[in-house]
Amino acid sequence: MISSIKIPAAPELSYLLRLADTCLISGQRLGEWCGHGPILEEDIALSNMALDLIGQSRALLTLAGQRSGESFDEDQLAFLRDEIDYRNPTLAELPRGDFAFTILRNLVLSTWLKLMWERLRDSSDAELAAIAGKALKEARYHQQHAADWAVRLGDGTDESHRRCEAALAQVWLYIPELFEDDAVDAAATAAGLGPAWSQLQEPWLAEIGEVLGEAKLAVPPAPTFRSSGKRGLHSEHMGYLLAEMQYLQRAYPGGAW
Amino acid sequence: MYTQAMDTLREEGGDKPALRTAEEAQLQQRFDNRIDAGEFIEAKDWMPENYRKTLLRQISQHAHSEIVGMLPEGNWITRAPTLKRKAILLAKVQDEGGHGLYLYAAAETLGTSRDQMLDALHSGKAKYSSIFNYPTLTWADVGAIGWLVDGAAIMNQVPICRCSFAPYARAMVRICREESFHQRQGYDSLLVMMKEGTEAQRAMVQEAVNRWWWPCLMMFGPPDDQSPNSVQGMRWGIKRVSNDTLRQKFVDAAMQQAEVLGVTFPDPDLRWNEATGHWDYGAIDWSEFWRVVGGEGPCNRERLAARVRAWEEGEWVREAALAHARKFDLKEAA
Repeated sequence: MISSIKIPAAPELSYLLRLADTCLISGQRLGEWCGHGPILEEDIALSNMALDLIGQSRALLTLAGQRSGESFDEDQLAFLRDEIDYRNPTLAELPRGDFAFTILRNLVLSTWLKLMWERLRDSSDAELAAIAGKALKEARYHQQHAADWAVRLGDGTDESHRRCEAALAQVWLYIPELFEDDAVDAAATAAGLGPAWSQLQEPWLAEIGEVLGEAKLAVPPAPTFRSSGKRGLHSEHMGYLLAEMQYLQRAYPGGAW
Repeated sequence: MYTQAMDTLREEGGDKPALRTAEEAQLQQRFDNRIDAGEFIEAKDWMPENYRKTLLRQISQHAHSEIVGMLPEGNWITRAPTLKRKAILLAKVQDEGGHGLYLYAAAETLGTSRDQMLDALHSGKAKYSSIFNYPTLTWADVGAIGWLVDGAAIMNQVPICRCSFAPYARAMVRICREESFHQRQGYDSLLVMMKEGTEAQRAMVQEAVNRWWWPCLMMFGPPDDQSPNSVQGMRWGIKRVSNDTLRQKFVDAAMQQAEVLGVTFPDPDLRWNEATGHWDYGAIDWSEFWRVVGGEGPCNRERLAARVRAWEEGEWVREAALAHARKFDLKEAA
């Protein structure tokens, strides 16, 4: 068993890891659909998006490793970090659920990521800006795909509408975490690394509101619950996700893959 | 796979001439002449009913194999050991889905819908390649499938690029290109573990190769003298090279690659034959092949159940998409 690496507590590193982990964990969940989609075309589409997200996470983890001062590589960061050092918002790690849940989660996360990538193109970190330029194109497609399906399902049959309402109610519990700032955001803004997460809220709500309107889905009431994955305190699902994802690296010390 | 389609169908004969009109006889003659001249047959061309049926069976079985074949490797996507391997595996399994799509489309040109073909798969009426009824127990299985299973598939499929039915031949050209990447990534993954990995990893690779070797040899179908439908397939230009010829070609190539890798195959009778210029190999246990084809392999039930579950759980999604499309059409018409 390989022991875990420890991550320096630098706010700018946390900022990068929050983004990298959002991509990685979303990609991990989407990859679970491969071979099990409701129709072959969607099976391929979801796998493709998982692939994009894994690619984005690789670029970001590599960058985070370089900026960590410890020269960690992407795989050390992905496979040898403990749960508490994972910084994705909780929404990304929730089980894939039914197709409605996957679509609505994709809709909110891809819209969030698209807005984030747009702003990160102006990052003071030239490498981060370059990653954002490439990822933006992918996120636009992901958002379009999720929005198309949200409308189809929201305005499809009674059953699909009911499933979307239930999925949206669950997804909505985890939304506040996507827009709450803390010291990490303050440091990132001060350094010109990227926007505070709160800055994405207004455009996000406008874009999501438009899609939900077309999908005939009501915006749920604001929840009082606060998730805290981005500070390392995750849901019970995260431990299982990481146990599965990290097992080979942990079980074969010194292995070459 | 894939020559298996012809071999597992014991009940149907070739194109026995039924009572025909003079016009049909003439069409048949013209068709035979075109086949003999090495021409391609397009979907709209006249073709004998058995030719159509045989192709539909083979192409749909090939498509089903791609789709069911996503499952054994898909089993390792969430556990891939590095992000690079995860990305490669996702891309590969997704390619298989794409192959399924081209092939269903090619089969649809013969007059059967994708839904009808899927019904036949889900009801157990249609077969898929029996290799996918074996389990993937370790990460090395992913590499072994790439190297050996995809390697065997390429041997089988390259000749199909010259299949007399043009839509199938065209789909195969693209599929074969992707398959050669699949084989290389599998071999590369094993090579890294064997050359740079630990003792435990090398043991994992050898164990996986031991399990996949014999089932891979079975992928080429029964020996030529027990493959009665092959003759008709050859006559029609659907099948271009015999099962045993392809199998021998595969063994010869695999032996060289195994030497580079540093693994062995679980066959004490493997030896170089100076006289033939080929590797001799031991007797294949065909009772296992027929058992797995007949539904009694290690994973037959799980594989089919996974496909049926995905289809049933997706029913409300497909219905919603259709309902929404109808609403949209009504709006457009108004």
